[in-house]
Amino acid sequence: MVDTKIPPGTAAGGPTGTAGGRAGEPTAPVQGSRRAWATAASGRTAALLVSPTLLVLTVVVLYPTIMAFKESLYGTKGLDPKTGFISDTEPFVGLQNYTDIFGQAGDRFWNAFWNTSFFTVVTVGLETLIGVAMALIMHKAFSGRALVRASILIPWAVPTAISGLLWRWIFNSDGIANALIGHQVLWTTEGFHAKIAVVIAEVWKTSPFIGLLVLAGLQVIPKEVYEAARIDGAGPLAQFWRITLPLVKPALLVAVLFRCLDALRMFDLPYLLIGAQKNSVETLSMLAQNEASNVRFGPAAAYAVLLFLYVFLVALGFVRLLGADLIGDVGGPRRPKGRTRLRRTSAPSSAEVSA
Amino acid sequence: MNARTSRVLQCSAVLVAAGLVLTACSSSGGSSSSGQSKSPSAFSGRGPITYAAAKDSSGVVQKVIDSWNKLHPKEKVTFVQLPADVNQQRQQMIQNAETKSDAYTVLSLDVVWTSEFAAHQWIDQLPAAQFPLDKMLKPTVETAKYRDNLYAVPASSDGGVLYYRSDLLKKAGISAAPTTWAEMKADCSKVKKLPEAKGMSCYAGQFEKYEGLTVNFAEAVNSAGGVITDAGGKPDVDTPAAKKGLDFLVDSFKDGTIPKEAITYQEEEGRQAFQSGNLVFLRNWPYVYSLAEKSKVAGKFAVAPLPGLNGAGSSSLGGHNVALSSFAKNKATALDFMKFFTSQDTASTFLKDASMAAPYEALYDDQALVKQYPYLPVLKKSILNAVPRPRVVQYGDASSAIQQEAYAALTGAKSSAQALKDLQSELQKSAAQ
Repeated sequence: MVDTKIPPGTAAGGPTGTAGGRAGEPTAPVQGSRRAWATAASGRTAALLVSPTLLVLTVVVLYPTIMAFKESLYGTKGLDPKTGFISDTEPFVGLQNYTDIFGQAGDRFWNAFWNTSFFTVVTVGLETLIGVAMALIMHKAFSGRALVRASILIPWAVPTAISGLLWRWIFNSDGIANALIGHQVLWTTEGFHAKIAVVIAEVWKTSPFIGLLVLAGLQVIPKEVYEAARIDGAGPLAQFWRITLPLVKPALLVAVLFRCLDALRMFDLPYLLIGAQKNSVETLSMLAQNEASNVRFGPAAAYAVLLFLYVFLVALGFVRLLGADLIGDVGGPRRPKGRTRLRRTSAPSSAEVSA
Repeated sequence: MNARTSRVLQCSAVLVAAGLVLTACSSSGGSSSSGQSKSPSAFSGRGPITYAAAKDSSGVVQKVIDSWNKLHPKEKVTFVQLPADVNQQRQQMIQNAETKSDAYTVLSLDVVWTSEFAAHQWIDQLPAAQFPLDKMLKPTVETAKYRDNLYAVPASSDGGVLYYRSDLLKKAGISAAPTTWAEMKADCSKVKKLPEAKGMSCYAGQFEKYEGLTVNFAEAVNSAGGVITDAGGKPDVDTPAAKKGLDFLVDSFKDGTIPKEAITYQEEEGRQAFQSGNLVFLRNWPYVYSLAEKSKVAGKFAVAPLPGLNGAGSSSLGGHNVALSSFAKNKATALDFMKFFTSQDTASTFLKDASMAAPYEALYDDQALVKQYPYLPVLKKSILNAVPRPRVVQYGDASSAIQQEAYAALTGAKSSAQALKDLQSELQKSAAQ
């Protein structure tokens, strides 16, 4: 893709030649208007080519975001006690829906916020461990490998709504889970065990996702690296820490990022497995849905906006903190930080972005 | 792909992912409904209309609509099937109303939605004189009213009944079903001395934290002489009578009359426990009857009205009412269709073909029907004694407050007194909105 910088003033493409020495054109100060015109033209083409993408993004991302934000500034329609009818319009309350989370009514929000964070950290952590282990197994060459690969992917292929119901049976009062542990835990009641039930079901379901992406990363690691390591006398553990993990890291980070964003939006699994309005497992998405279903669109939109910001910040943090590694460090010795940054702005690294 | 563009791509991927979170809410944003007449509006216009209701697996709804369509070829009714889940039905109907769409003409409302839909003016007030309400069971008609005006017409009803193991009771020397909670507990302890009753529990209802808990809590409170909301719709649940009702459930959990796992029971779990012979008494809806007749307790059980504190208890009411969407066209046709759909003939078809309890009193005494459904006389008593669940505009909030506090009391997280006190203040808060 091209760097689409359109120098100001050149859009008309006038042959009068004044565009010549513009600051926006450091590469060709003396070549004159023809070069500038060519750049502007290609810039226009580029803008034209990306405009459908931008348009789609505006329609599916920007517009709903702005509408949701606008809605979050409105309160709940009031009831006229005399007529018994709900008023026609929603009152404008400014930022009250947001400030409310710091008041007494905010308890439920913060509970949902901590639940969401807890689920994200715990499930993604466990999924990463198990997913990497799965990928290592799937990557090994042995008879029946295709079968193992397929079977590991099954949980991911099952729709969450269905797996929620399946796990509901497993965690039933006289279900398999209780038969296995030998005494009765009422998993779907309020309490920490409900969180555990959700974590187990979620990890079971989405570890294959990480496994799949890591497997893709593993498959592009050249065999020679391992041969060289073996000749140098590195054991399996050393090979894993020194070769596999660093080389598979870009793929792993993308997988973890995606899983984090997904986990922050978690809704269907706790909703189906444990039930709506159970404080122990209520996530932000569930809270927003609950408010909306009680015809309180203002607070619902406010919660959704806050969740959006939370997701956005986590994603931004990922890209900022790990972004350099995400793109730069594959397949070679570590470079000094300054050079890495320099590389990022200049050299193409298409060969290295294998994930 | 160079480094910067892939970063841009990542960022936009993040944006898309995050943006999707918001789309669900924004679709319903910025709504306002224009004021329409507050009195029964003129029902004008004839032509095709729609009937929006839950997916009907028995096929009887389509059959009834077909017979209407045959008589009225120019005013055909189309059956719009909504999801089977009640919350989704409500959601779709609200969305339809908020966008003022005329896609749904006649709505099939759960009995607890009437106040909310009427207060939002999503449904029209109906001319009460044009419907045979006096032939219907009184409590069912009450569910169709908001502030004493008729906004819907009962199409089907439902009431809770007590299933009991008549074989075991007989063996223990008990001739009649219990009418009070104390009798029920006494009967149960007698039954449990029998060798066949080894490992059985006494009683269960629906105590999972969902709408069923609201129903069971309301029944316990009403059966002890308490109320949740008074005649004027004001919350009045922090009373000694209500406490006795809640204490029945709390104590039963404590002393094991209700098994510990019943806190996870919805209708189906309770039915299965009863059918596999783990329960002596079960509070459930009439639909269980025909299913239990096919199970291993077939012929070993009977039904009775719900017991109460000092005599017969009061059931909550289930069932559906039909209402007319304010934003619909062809309202004259709609009104005629509603009369047809809620007529005694139609109700009898529903009862015969799909075992849907009818709002008409006469059908419960029909010998042919009683032969088909032996529980009908008990159900009639149940519905006649029934108290509708709280009729408040913010029913969803009221119900979740009830679930929250009742659940806390049942699991022992709160004392019943504290739970009722908190419930009272929650209900007041939601009523003040």
